[in-house]
Amino acid sequence: MASTAKKSLTLEEVGIAGLTGLVALYCLMAIANTTDAVMTFHAGVGLVFALAGIYAIFRGYANRSENPPQTVDGLPNYKLGPVKFATFMSMFWGLAGFLVGLIIALQLAFPALNFDLPWTNFGRLRPLHTSAVIFAFGGNVLLATSFYVVQRTCQARIAGNAAPWFVVAGYNAFIVIAGTGYLLGVTQGKEYAEPEWYADLWLTIVWVVYLLVFLATLWKRKEPHIYVANWFYLAFILTIAMLHLVNNATIPVSIFGTKSYIAWAGVQDAMTQWWYGHNAVGFFLTAGFLAIMYYFVPKRAERPVYSYRLSIVHFWSLIFLYIWAGPHHLHYTALPQWSQTLGMTFSIMLWMPSWGGMINGLMTLSGAWDKLRTDPVLRMMVVSVAFYGMSTFEGPLMSVRAVNSLSHYTDWTIGHVHSGALGWVAFVSFGAVYCLVPWLWNRKQLYSMKLVNWHFWVSTIGIVLYISAMWVSGIMQGLMWRAYNSLGFLEYSFIETVEAMHPFYVIRALGGGLFVLGAVIMIYNLWMTVQRGEAETASAKPAMAPAE
Amino acid sequence: MAAKKEVDAISGVETTGHEWDGLKELNHPLPRWWLWTFYICIIFSVIYWVLMPSWPLLSDYTRGMRGHSQRALVGEEVAALQAARAEKGTALVDAELDAINSNPDLLQFAMANGRAAFGDNCAGCHGTGATGFVGFPNLNDDEWIWGGTLDQIRQTILYGVRSGNDDAHTGDMLAFGRDGVLDAAQVRDVASFVLSMSGGKGAEGADLANGQVVFEENCVACHGDAGAGNQELGAPNLTDNIWLYGGSIETVMETIQNGRGGVMPAWVDRLDEATIKSLAVYVHSLGGGQ
Repeated sequence: MASTAKKSLTLEEVGIAGLTGLVALYCLMAIANTTDAVMTFHAGVGLVFALAGIYAIFRGYANRSENPPQTVDGLPNYKLGPVKFATFMSMFWGLAGFLVGLIIALQLAFPALNFDLPWTNFGRLRPLHTSAVIFAFGGNVLLATSFYVVQRTCQARIAGNAAPWFVVAGYNAFIVIAGTGYLLGVTQGKEYAEPEWYADLWLTIVWVVYLLVFLATLWKRKEPHIYVANWFYLAFILTIAMLHLVNNATIPVSIFGTKSYIAWAGVQDAMTQWWYGHNAVGFFLTAGFLAIMYYFVPKRAERPVYSYRLSIVHFWSLIFLYIWAGPHHLHYTALPQWSQTLGMTFSIMLWMPSWGGMINGLMTLSGAWDKLRTDPVLRMMVVSVAFYGMSTFEGPLMSVRAVNSLSHYTDWTIGHVHSGALGWVAFVSFGAVYCLVPWLWNRKQLYSMKLVNWHFWVSTIGIVLYISAMWVSGIMQGLMWRAYNSLGFLEYSFIETVEAMHPFYVIRALGGGLFVLGAVIMIYNLWMTVQRGEAETASAKPAMAPAE
Repeated sequence: MAAKKEVDAISGVETTGHEWDGLKELNHPLPRWWLWTFYICIIFSVIYWVLMPSWPLLSDYTRGMRGHSQRALVGEEVAALQAARAEKGTALVDAELDAINSNPDLLQFAMANGRAAFGDNCAGCHGTGATGFVGFPNLNDDEWIWGGTLDQIRQTILYGVRSGNDDAHTGDMLAFGRDGVLDAAQVRDVASFVLSMSGGKGAEGADLANGQVVFEENCVACHGDAGAGNQELGAPNLTDNIWLYGGSIETVMETIQNGRGGVMPAWVDRLDEATIKSLAVYVHSLGGGQ
């Protein structure tokens, strides 16, 4: 693929610059025409980002002496800049998201911490927390690892010069617009899909480019087969695109205003919302992070994946069954009962396909279990797989209507979500980032394994405190709600259940505080790894090391 | 890359022969227990579909052999509960309020109903223990703004205070200062005088004699000559050192300056008669009933 022309602006660079130019133009028009203060602010931010993007593309062109080659000395010329950027942003947003989570946990225990200010009240900070941890932290980890893994396992440089940068930078611009919007009171009011129509449209563009970059890189692969991690990444990217488009179908009040109305109404809207919400869990937080597990666990354990056959069977059964399970979020509501039945039974059938991933993750360790004693990074990932197994058992259990009648609307759900989010998603992400940072910044090893160990234990204790407090609180809450006295009257008033939960809210905040502390330890360790770590010498590099 | 199948030394299982970036895959068979649990989950689901409402059809859905219906079940449960309560509920509606207290069976029922209804409807403002908050009266003491007999309490619950209901209690504490009836010195003096009636401390330099004059000219019409209040008008007793909005000199001055007019909603359209009666009995029993 070595070209004779020394350098040129690629078609893809021109296209992205043009697209970004159109966005800048829209932002200018919006600033001129809008009567909405938040739109003025967001259009201003969009304009700055768009101009910076165009500048970056032309500066990149001006500064290079030739277009980057596909290979150097016969080895793939991996493009790692966007991976580094997304890795950095993941830790930045992670810390921010965990902190906001701690703040709202404290607000629930001590409501005075709402400070009676609109920007800091629970209603605005809660979506800020969920979006920051799921989409900002988790999303950047997925971007970073998918761009890394797809290049390594395809033995090919990622497709495009500007496109991978457009994906990571554009995605983070979306996060800024979404997050500041929540604080300023702009929301669609749909859980996990709060950003308004203009942020959604922008994300759609970014996501389509993401899909194209990923597919084009797979297309360029030098390996005959596509590695299992890439199946999961692709399923994640494709399905999120579909979910995002359907659930966010809206009609804006004005093309220069922030407000829009959802196309769906009533129980159809609820069903669409939870079809989206549950599959955001299934394809963003499960499929995407299973992809991470499938690359980083065998890599770190230096063992082959346990079973290829299992990976195929559990992949397809997971993909097929997950998409049906959404109605279990709407048990005993106006949703027709037949639909609840399907949601429940598909959730139960989903149990084993989910566990297929756990088996493949854990059993890959066979022959390398001793490494758990010496390598806290691997231990973190293995514990994450165990948490994955636990929450994918708990999920089907809670989807059973009889169980759900107790658990629904209680803190049990919050505990369930967090055993998955903190135990599985965050821990497997931490493990992956601990692996990635020395590889990306060419360091022999992490600055301190001891600190990783501290991070592991502090965070694990935090998670255990968190989820056990929520189990007790949630089950207690559910039992109090349904308690009747002998004369057929409710035993407890709602406010009494709130009072009873207070101690558990304090314990939960303590657990959350420990988790934040763990993240601080991690960031310090990574920072010192990059700043002080001993550089990997060329001779010691593995054969397939990146060339840039 | 050629597919080179090799046997893994540790597990003795063959790899698939593929390799990506140093990663290989073994080809263990599916774990038996895993596969069988998966089958059992599928069989369970199929049986569940046969028994319960499950698959949508063009204009209907498969109803299931058990004929189970969540909606019908709710109706039945609500009807059963209403039936269970009906006997005593009807007796409660028919009974005179005073008679409930002397009928232990009815009283037990009314107290249980009242306690549950209080927790879900009243505790938000008056507190779970009915001890009140600033602006929301304590219902445990015998200081009643609108009267503390069973009938008066029931009347207040039914129609509320300044609730907009035609039968609601009305009557405002006027904004004497803001409306220019009293000047700042007069507000200070009369506030200090009012506090002195319950032995409280007034403002520095206040003229209590002048305060008394102002009181007699402006306040006695509602609060009475001795400041003992008038439940007909909802004018609180000012001599008992119980304060709805607080008994500091600043708060009392603010009350006289800007007036007060707290609102309690009418429950006549929101709770059934038996529940309202039960609430009256329950609140009456809290300690201050007259």
